[in-house]
Amino acid sequence: MKAETPRPTGSGFGEAIMIPVRLAMGLIDAPLRWVQRKLGLGGMAAFFLLPNMLIFGIFVLLPFFINFAYSMTGGTALFLDDRTFVGTDQYVRLFDCSNYLDPNSCTEDTFWTAVGNTAWFVVLQVTLMILFSLVTALILNRELMARSFWRAVFFFPVLLSPVVVGLIWKWILQRQGLLNFALYGFGFQPYTWLNDRNWAFAAAVGVSIWAHMGFYTLILLAGLQAIPKDLYEAAEMDGTRPARAFWRITLPLLMPNLLVVIVLVLIRAVQIFDEVYVLTGGGPGTSTLYLTQYIYETGFATQLRNPGLAAAASILMGVVLIVLTLIQLGLGRSSEKNGSRK
Amino acid sequence: MTKTGTMLAAFAVGLLTSTAAMAGDVRIMWYSDGVEGEVLKDLLDRFMKENPGINVILDNVSYSVVREQLPVQLEAGNGPDIARVTNLKAQSQHWLDLRPLVADAAYWDANFGDQADWMRPDGSTQISGFMTQITIAGGFANKTLFDQAGVAIPGKDATWDDWAKAAKQVAESQQVPFPMALDRSGHRLSGPNLSFGANYIGADGKPAPLDKGSKAFLEKFVGWIADGTMSKDVWVSAAGSTYRAAADDFINGQLVYYYSGSWQIPNFSTKIGSNFDWVATGSPCGPANCTGMTGGAGLVAVKYTKNPKEVAKVMDYLAREDIVKEFSERTLFLPAHKGVLAKGLDFKTDDPQAKAALAEFIDASKTLSDLARKLPGWHWSDTVYGALVTRVSQAAAGEMPLQEAVTRIDADIAAKVKDSGL
Repeated sequence: MKAETPRPTGSGFGEAIMIPVRLAMGLIDAPLRWVQRKLGLGGMAAFFLLPNMLIFGIFVLLPFFINFAYSMTGGTALFLDDRTFVGTDQYVRLFDCSNYLDPNSCTEDTFWTAVGNTAWFVVLQVTLMILFSLVTALILNRELMARSFWRAVFFFPVLLSPVVVGLIWKWILQRQGLLNFALYGFGFQPYTWLNDRNWAFAAAVGVSIWAHMGFYTLILLAGLQAIPKDLYEAAEMDGTRPARAFWRITLPLLMPNLLVVIVLVLIRAVQIFDEVYVLTGGGPGTSTLYLTQYIYETGFATQLRNPGLAAAASILMGVVLIVLTLIQLGLGRSSEKNGSRK
Repeated sequence: MTKTGTMLAAFAVGLLTSTAAMAGDVRIMWYSDGVEGEVLKDLLDRFMKENPGINVILDNVSYSVVREQLPVQLEAGNGPDIARVTNLKAQSQHWLDLRPLVADAAYWDANFGDQADWMRPDGSTQISGFMTQITIAGGFANKTLFDQAGVAIPGKDATWDDWAKAAKQVAESQQVPFPMALDRSGHRLSGPNLSFGANYIGADGKPAPLDKGSKAFLEKFVGWIADGTMSKDVWVSAAGSTYRAAADDFINGQLVYYYSGSWQIPNFSTKIGSNFDWVATGSPCGPANCTGMTGGAGLVAVKYTKNPKEVAKVMDYLAREDIVKEFSERTLFLPAHKGVLAKGLDFKTDDPQAKAALAEFIDASKTLSDLARKLPGWHWSDTVYGALVTRVSQAAAGEMPLQEAVTRIDADIAAKVKDSGL
């Protein structure tokens, strides 16, 4: 006689919970089995991708094409139906310059001023952001007293809304702000930092670094902590100096994280708007007018609005962002290849 | 249906109704310069007690929302049921015609008729709403600073140059950072432009290129910013046509002479208190006249409302003579209502400075030029104002010479007229 297999025993409460769970699993399982039978394994992958593709299509791709359609129209009306088709006129208007290095020679001079400002901002901000984030991550990766506290301190500004960041720094830098108050206390004359072209530009770069550096530091810190300690111990036993260890061990192994950070910083720098808009409003004059503010003002804030011109400018900005992303993908791939060769 | 099913159905209905507009709801988009939002809330609470079937929702927003977001909502056929706006004429195609809906259209024509054209499409007779206040641009002087410096406050016929000279003397003597400031606004800049003989309106009714009058004042103005007579903070502190006021500088005693307008009176009365004495001075004179600019904020019904009858009822209530009188007296605003003006107002303030300032602005309304009265109802006013602000601030920041700024202003306006297809 065959012995009866003992049934797993469990508490009555556990069994009671498992019943609805099994029911729910069965409900989910049944349609999935049906899809797999009908579409096969490849079809299953497409089935799982479908919700994501739908959301991406509706909220990213469709607006992109609608925006492109807007860029081919003129007038002040909002609905495409009420707008007149003008072909590439808006793009021609944006590129109508006798000398591209001199914004004043362009029909849309503020667009080219914004392009120049954005390019300069990107170069400065990306370089400094990477440098500061890396140095901060290297310091926070060491055995510091109250290390968690310092990490929180550097991450804190990331939690703030960009508008709050802009307002805080405006209260510090404006004529009757905290900085001037402190300077006055030390016997210096107050200075209108945000009315000076160079200082306003520096403030825009600095505030943007202050606000976002914590996020990138965190990514780099995660990368640093993933580097095996024994590599450093081996290097130390071989008498390698810290600087050489940094160039030969830290930097190459941190490169994947660094690439991600570079691309994220680049994209964010090209899209700079919120905190600078609150801080300087694009001034003094147009010295901190960036591309996103130009698009916003042209499309929404000025009398009369020109949605077509704003759409054309945003398409151009999108192209720049796509090129930057492709460069990153290319760099990422070549970095992976080099890594696998080693 | 099971008990759980009933509860789920009730929850779903609750969710749906909580986001949808209810029949009888009237939503007002409102911005405040001073205390008028609180006064309006009080008046609307009374209205809702009298009319329990109508729920009025007051959305207090910033002025920039009204300037930048409302136009987009209107273009999309959305928006509130009623809105308080300053750009009345250019958006008039979105306003509801209240003529067939209000209780007595003749009352509206008789009392608000003078400004009715500011807020309706050209050539129409529609009633779009009424002005919650009439404003007049003009100056304010910090009397205490003048007294301490021993400089006499310039008189009624004083020119812009007289004011600049006196304000500079006071600022130097009292170690105040700014002698003068003028709001970063095309409307504000237009008062002195007009007093220098400017005319924005061409023979065809469309914008004309800037003339000698405008150029003459703009040259003076940019020069004053460069030499520190006029506050640099206000005009170079933003790009584009963003609005900036210097009210805080005046309230903080950092400014000798501030050119703004009558809507600042309640603000100054509340915030300056007894810190220093101030006076309203009307508009300084130019070679052509001594005009300021008129304008104001209108309360208009939006034609995309789903509850036009309820909207008309709210508008009828707010336009009632006793309500307009109370609103104006409590907010210290100059009303547009003819009957209220004729019977006189007893402004609810113990501040003699505020009362004197209001009287000064009523007096200043008598010297307004015809063009100043016409511009609020001109379709292209805001287009001209926007171009003026953008380019003059670039010239003030030293980015381009004034001559180039003037050329750019003309080109910007011409491009916008072309874009509009009108």
